[in-house]
Amino acid sequence: MWTIFKVFIEFVNNTASVLCFCVFFCPRGMWDRSSLTGIQPAPPALEAVQAKSKQTLAKPNMRNIVVVDGVRTPFLLSGTSYKDLMPHDLARAALSGLLHRTSVPKDVVDYIIFGTVIQEVKTSNVAREAALGAGFSDRTPAHTVTMACISSNQAMTTAVGLIASGQCDVVVAGGVELMSDVPIRHSRKMRKMMLDLSKAKTLGQRLSLISQFRLNFLSPELPAVAEFSTNETMGHSADRLAAAFAISRLEQDEYALRSHSLAKKAQGEGLLSDVVPFKVPGKDTVTQDNGIRPSSLEQMAKLKPAFIKPYGTVTAANSSFLTDGASAVLILAEEKALAMGYKPKAYLRDFVYVSQDPKDQLLLGPTYATPKVLEKAGLTMNDIDAFEFHEAFSGQILANLKAMDSDWFAQNYMGRKAKVGSPPLEKFNIWGGSLSLGHPFGATGCRLVMATANRLQKEGGQYGLVAACAAGGQGHAMIVEAYPK
Amino acid sequence: MVASRAVGSLSRFTASRMLRCPGYICRSFTRSSALLTRTHINYGVKGDVAVIRINSPNSKVNTLGQEVHSEFIEVMNEVWSSNQIRSAVLISSKPGCFIAGADLNMLTACTTSQEVTQISQEAQRMFEKVEKSTKPIVAAINGSCLGGGLEVGVPAAFDMMLTGRGIRADRAKKMGLVDQLVEPLGPGIKPPEERTIEYLEEVAITFAKGLADKKISPKRDKGLVETFYLTELTSYAMSIPFVRQQIYKKVEEKVRKQTKGLYPAPLKIIDVVKTGIEQGSDAGYLSESQKFGELAMTKESKALMGLYRGQTLCKKNKFGAPQKEVKQLAILGAGLMGAGIAQVSVDKGLQTILKDATLAALGRGQQQVFRGLNDKVKKKALTSFERDTFFSNLTGQLDYQGFEKADMVIEAVFEDLSLKHKVLKEVEAVIPDHCVFASNTSALPINEIAAVSKRPEKVIGMHYFSPVDKMQLLEIITTQKTSKDTTASAVEVGLKQGKVIIVVKDGPGFYTTRCLAPMMSEVIRILQEGVGPKKLDSLTTSFGFPVGAATLVDEVGVDVAKHVAENLGNVFGERFAGGSLEVLKGMISKGFLGRKSGKGFYIYQEGVKNKNLNSDVDSILASLKMPSQPDVSSDEDIQYRLVTRFVNEAVLCLQEGVLATPTEGDIGAVFGLGFPPSLGGPFRFVDLYGAQKIVDRLRKYEAAYGKQFTPCQLLVDHASSPNKKFYQ
Repeated sequence: MWTIFKVFIEFVNNTASVLCFCVFFCPRGMWDRSSLTGIQPAPPALEAVQAKSKQTLAKPNMRNIVVVDGVRTPFLLSGTSYKDLMPHDLARAALSGLLHRTSVPKDVVDYIIFGTVIQEVKTSNVAREAALGAGFSDRTPAHTVTMACISSNQAMTTAVGLIASGQCDVVVAGGVELMSDVPIRHSRKMRKMMLDLSKAKTLGQRLSLISQFRLNFLSPELPAVAEFSTNETMGHSADRLAAAFAISRLEQDEYALRSHSLAKKAQGEGLLSDVVPFKVPGKDTVTQDNGIRPSSLEQMAKLKPAFIKPYGTVTAANSSFLTDGASAVLILAEEKALAMGYKPKAYLRDFVYVSQDPKDQLLLGPTYATPKVLEKAGLTMNDIDAFEFHEAFSGQILANLKAMDSDWFAQNYMGRKAKVGSPPLEKFNIWGGSLSLGHPFGATGCRLVMATANRLQKEGGQYGLVAACAAGGQGHAMIVEAYPK
Repeated sequence: MVASRAVGSLSRFTASRMLRCPGYICRSFTRSSALLTRTHINYGVKGDVAVIRINSPNSKVNTLGQEVHSEFIEVMNEVWSSNQIRSAVLISSKPGCFIAGADLNMLTACTTSQEVTQISQEAQRMFEKVEKSTKPIVAAINGSCLGGGLEVGVPAAFDMMLTGRGIRADRAKKMGLVDQLVEPLGPGIKPPEERTIEYLEEVAITFAKGLADKKISPKRDKGLVETFYLTELTSYAMSIPFVRQQIYKKVEEKVRKQTKGLYPAPLKIIDVVKTGIEQGSDAGYLSESQKFGELAMTKESKALMGLYRGQTLCKKNKFGAPQKEVKQLAILGAGLMGAGIAQVSVDKGLQTILKDATLAALGRGQQQVFRGLNDKVKKKALTSFERDTFFSNLTGQLDYQGFEKADMVIEAVFEDLSLKHKVLKEVEAVIPDHCVFASNTSALPINEIAAVSKRPEKVIGMHYFSPVDKMQLLEIITTQKTSKDTTASAVEVGLKQGKVIIVVKDGPGFYTTRCLAPMMSEVIRILQEGVGPKKLDSLTTSFGFPVGAATLVDEVGVDVAKHVAENLGNVFGERFAGGSLEVLKGMISKGFLGRKSGKGFYIYQEGVKNKNLNSDVDSILASLKMPSQPDVSSDEDIQYRLVTRFVNEAVLCLQEGVLATPTEGDIGAVFGLGFPPSLGGPFRFVDLYGAQKIVDRLRKYEAAYGKQFTPCQLLVDHASSPNKKFYQ
């Protein structure tokens, strides 16, 4: 029965002309519980909005993939309440929160994928450690992916791939980052000596190795804060990027202030519903993000540049801060979700990954990814009701907005005939962004998708666009389509 | 009071200089108080900051000439007298070049030292005005800033004044030459070069404002306590006359040792500094301008300026752009030369195949390329990442896979005609029609190599010099059948590899080897006459050769020297005679092949700096001893016997048309063979020293040794009509 129904849905989804036919012939009950996505006569909320280029992004012969829901731990400034935890503790908290929120039976989950950037060497497959701890079946495989700031985006799209290809039906994707603790290593020389010592067989060999010891062997090796290929820190690159796009310090401070103000408002109005409380062992229960601090332009203007001194424009106030946090979303094949009785929040539709020059265009990923994903989906900027872009730096966001609005840039660097246009700010990150909510590298992607899904549900929009830049000069964009009410 | 600061900018887009569009160079300012258009210098006012732009018309670089001086003074006077202006920014509108130094044409045009002194004094006044400016001036430097250009912005440091070496921007900051660095920008709202200059200007303006408002102090921060302490200590020490004398002495000694008294400038600079310190800055300035005037009139100055011009000429492709750009290069033979060629190719982005017959030989070659790149990482000229990317351009292999896509094949196999024929035939079976076949040989005539080719128009000689990554010269050899496009292609690749290029006609020994051979023959004779290798080396280096003659034989390789001597001796006969080939043969039989085998005239040991004589050669020389002729064996005669044979052969090459121009002859001799740069090359030497004097010397030696010293017709022509010059 189910397969017949599925075929039916696909058939209808793709043939607008049969709409009357199906309405005419469908049994009433079927309408109520099914998801004849987007083929309903324009939903009331959208009536005011202009007509979409496409009624839905469902594709023939492709499974529809849905997000049932997603949660995240509160995002905290690193060095605060989470500072004694390990990454898998945070990831576990996100998983437990998701289990609680969705009530998904643990043994139904086919696969678990987490994104992370700075790896704790003891738990290098942090997805597995967190899943076991969260009580998932030990028969549920889990793996960890890394792609800098778009690691959890990669986790989600990996899940999409597994479901679309029919390998899985239910996948949990998430991300985690704990910047309160990072692996600081012994120097290479020290490590070499220690490894050689462990292999030394005689006392003489050991002594001769120890005699080679020099005091400078003890100087530690911090995780690289700089791009490996160029040796440039991201903040430095952001500052140069802002200068290349002639973005002033004031503009950057104003944008940061906007982010904090909007986040504060959203927090106050209870819109950040993806946040789940987390009882930290030995500490109070954390219930909300602690990095949201709207300030004044005057106060922000007092800060000294953080990277290009003394004349740069990127400061601590207009950059995202080091953050601890984890997130997780439940992704299913639509038919499975419906069979399990879920009311999904959104479809995950077309997505792209892009990459460009890691030196001068390190943070321009969204500029390249946005027109590409729109083209792929057959949509235009006007079709998008909610934009959620990762805010690494004010300067980076503003540079991307300017780049997307520049014919010159589109023609000379992107090989496009014309600009894609910049997103209208009234639809852009209106519940705050990474600058204010925080940016746990590996976990931000899921936050972006859930913010988009929740905003579409709340505002009655249909299409949302998620975009992010990442170290290595990479970028990502994905279209999220609201699940019809 | 000293209020000049410099905002430097790392220039890393030298390669794209030609690509810039000219549209943005001239901009007008709405609030400009002086719209009077000048040729080189213009300024506009932004707020209370004057932005002074230097932009010499119709030139890739800005140079300090008389017009620039006078316009600059005019502009500065307006800046100083304006009440509206409180500070100034000095910037070039040319991407990648601030001021490249004094205008050489201006100096060349001067006929007396007084004229040059006067120009120098004008420049001094200009620099002094900047230095004593009551309004802060910020120099915003983007790209090359040399000589006088540097003086405009910053007081020069001792070390740099002397050697004139290049300083990277980050080092300049560390040395305290510049105060701030502005990193180049990537693409944004405009092309990167254009926006970078704008940004540099914006930053410089904020600094100028800050200085005028006393928000920024012009005092340079001393980073470390130690630095501060040392500086204090040094300045205290310099205040004691005795210590000063010692320092002068030490510096002079060092300079004398380095220059061997061949270059007058460094010693005069020390004089000037001494005068300045001992007798005050006015006396110093006066002495500086006078000495500068004197120096400009010296032979050395003319020789070096000539070389500079020649080098610029030899960095152009006069054959035009080739029909097809070479993107895929293949090199046969992973020996010293092959790997060297690969090294200078991969770091320019050329996809390069390195092929050898055995895995061991190939591995050695690949390691050489890697080491060459890694040495640059150690010197911080490359990042390890760039090294890896460049090294990925290299494919090492034992077969001909991928040759079907090669645009050019350079063979660097052993110097053996039949082997070269073999690889040529093998390669021609696999390469596409358009592919150029270049032979890296130092003596085998290209037409003989091309004799077995199906497509001789695509065969050319590319003679690199060892070590390839250090030696700047590339000698390109064309046969009568070589097509113009093939030549254009070879020159294009050579230029990409960063080479200075001369193009010569095919013939035994081409140009460079042919000039070197008679000199080498003389070297052997002089050794046979009983002059020791050490003595000979010191005679040649004190004449200006960077490498002593005996050491040169070791460096080239005794076997190579013998091979060349034998080959060319057969062709040219008596003119190339002199020393006995048996000396070289004797050395080869004992395994003394020069540096590569660890022993030649000297013994070479890893890590040993002062090389010792190889006493085993003595017996070879003793058994082949020749009687010396006292009237042509003074130190000076020995030097001139070597040099005149070289020069005579070079002039003969021009006479025979092997060389197209004297310039190429000079560049080839100086950059490829180490002919004394202070003499400017064989042709410049004839012009400056006098053809008659050289002919006289040749006749004298001819009387003693015969035909080897007979002056060629062209040289005799020049001697008989003193107005005839190679350079007009």
